[in-house]
Amino acid sequence: MAKKITLPLTEELAKTLKAGDEVLLTGTIYTSRDAGHKRMCEMLERGEELPFNPENATIYYVGPTPAKPGQVIGSAGPTTSGRMDAYAPTMMRVGARGMIGKGARLPEVIDAMKKYSGVYFGAIGGAGALLAKCIKSAKLIAFEDLGAEALRELYVEDMPLVVIIDSEGTNLYEKGRASYLNSKK
Amino acid sequence: MREINVSLVTDTVEKLCIEANNHLPEDVKCAIKNCRACEDGEIAKGVLDNIIENFEIADNENVPICQDTGMACVFLEIGQDVHFVGGDLSEAIHEGVRRGYDKGYLRKSVVADPVRRGNTGDNTPAMIYTEIVPGENVKITVGPKGFGSENMSRICMFKPSHGIEGIKNFILETVEIAGPNPCPPMVVGVGIGGTFDKAALLAKKALMRPIDSENPDPYYADLEKEMLEKINQLGIGPQGFGGKTTAIGLNIETMPTHIAGMPCAININCHVTRHKSEVL
Repeated sequence: MAKKITLPLTEELAKTLKAGDEVLLTGTIYTSRDAGHKRMCEMLERGEELPFNPENATIYYVGPTPAKPGQVIGSAGPTTSGRMDAYAPTMMRVGARGMIGKGARLPEVIDAMKKYSGVYFGAIGGAGALLAKCIKSAKLIAFEDLGAEALRELYVEDMPLVVIIDSEGTNLYEKGRASYLNSKK
Repeated sequence: MREINVSLVTDTVEKLCIEANNHLPEDVKCAIKNCRACEDGEIAKGVLDNIIENFEIADNENVPICQDTGMACVFLEIGQDVHFVGGDLSEAIHEGVRRGYDKGYLRKSVVADPVRRGNTGDNTPAMIYTEIVPGENVKITVGPKGFGSENMSRICMFKPSHGIEGIKNFILETVEIAGPNPCPPMVVGVGIGGTFDKAALLAKKALMRPIDSENPDPYYADLEKEMLEKINQLGIGPQGFGGKTTAIGLNIETMPTHIAGMPCAININCHVTRHKSEVL
């Protein structure tokens, strides 16, 4: 049974989430992927403020398709998170706590998650049409020139996610596979 | 000699880009549904249900199955008795991609320079593959290729002494390294033989073949079955959360090679293995 959670992702809330938990997430999230993360980290290096308040924020690694007339957003599934590994510890250092994506993370990201009580959620890769249904509003907030990679503020309702890595560093990719293989023995 | 105006190529490519991105081929849908019926992982069943719901939404609402609408890989089998008129064939293909990605509200995912980046804004250029065949028809296949899976592909120039075991281990190792990244359940395209570049092309072509088909050579047909079974014993499962369904299909394509070598390329694709063809 999926657990309903509402953002912001405070430290207290983050610590209640465990790898393997299925959740329905509601609240405001921000989209960013390769080029957006690069720019945000450059902004931080120059001592500038980010286009959104990073405190307790959740970032969705996504580059949606353009919205058709009448749509809030186009198809919007997760991209491979590993490409954001170079930037994720910096984002957590300034307060961002939640990440939504798919695929493996580097040990340094997991270390930062333990330090800052971060949570890594998985959305189903390749289910862009389905995930778009949970997105109730989308607003462009920065980097419009990046097209699909621009920064957007989204409001999502009951977005189906799975906790892949929790704030203690427990990893569903290891745990889920091991327990499946054990059940076959 | 049959004359074909390149504007027909543009119109066809435009249409195929949109159809391929919004409608999953029946063989792929069928494979996913069959795997759902056999799946015994707990989270895995729910993931496969969501994947099925997703391609049904895409079908019914005419929207892209996945937001990564890919690089447009365009394959042309051109009959040798065809004469293209009315303009530049390559430009006609790019124009078809440009229009298809615009009118279909598909994502523009191509950068102009691999190192210096910079989005081209219209998803061109297409990746064009041409082959001259007998006859006076032209078969066009558009296979949009996402990069979550493309990034997990590998190639190895084996020594002939590595034999079939070398290839088997390489396939399993590649799927293992890919893990959750390419959005499993995946489709695995294997190309063996030829030269360095031809092996990679064979692997890509293997992904364009229906996954319910088999290699006409019984030796490779058996190898396809054996490797799919072994992959599905790895336990990676849908999205890597653990389960039986790590791959829904594996196709092998081969060609002769040099006495000194045994190239093997593996092109990984996700469960959104899209392609659509039309014969002019």
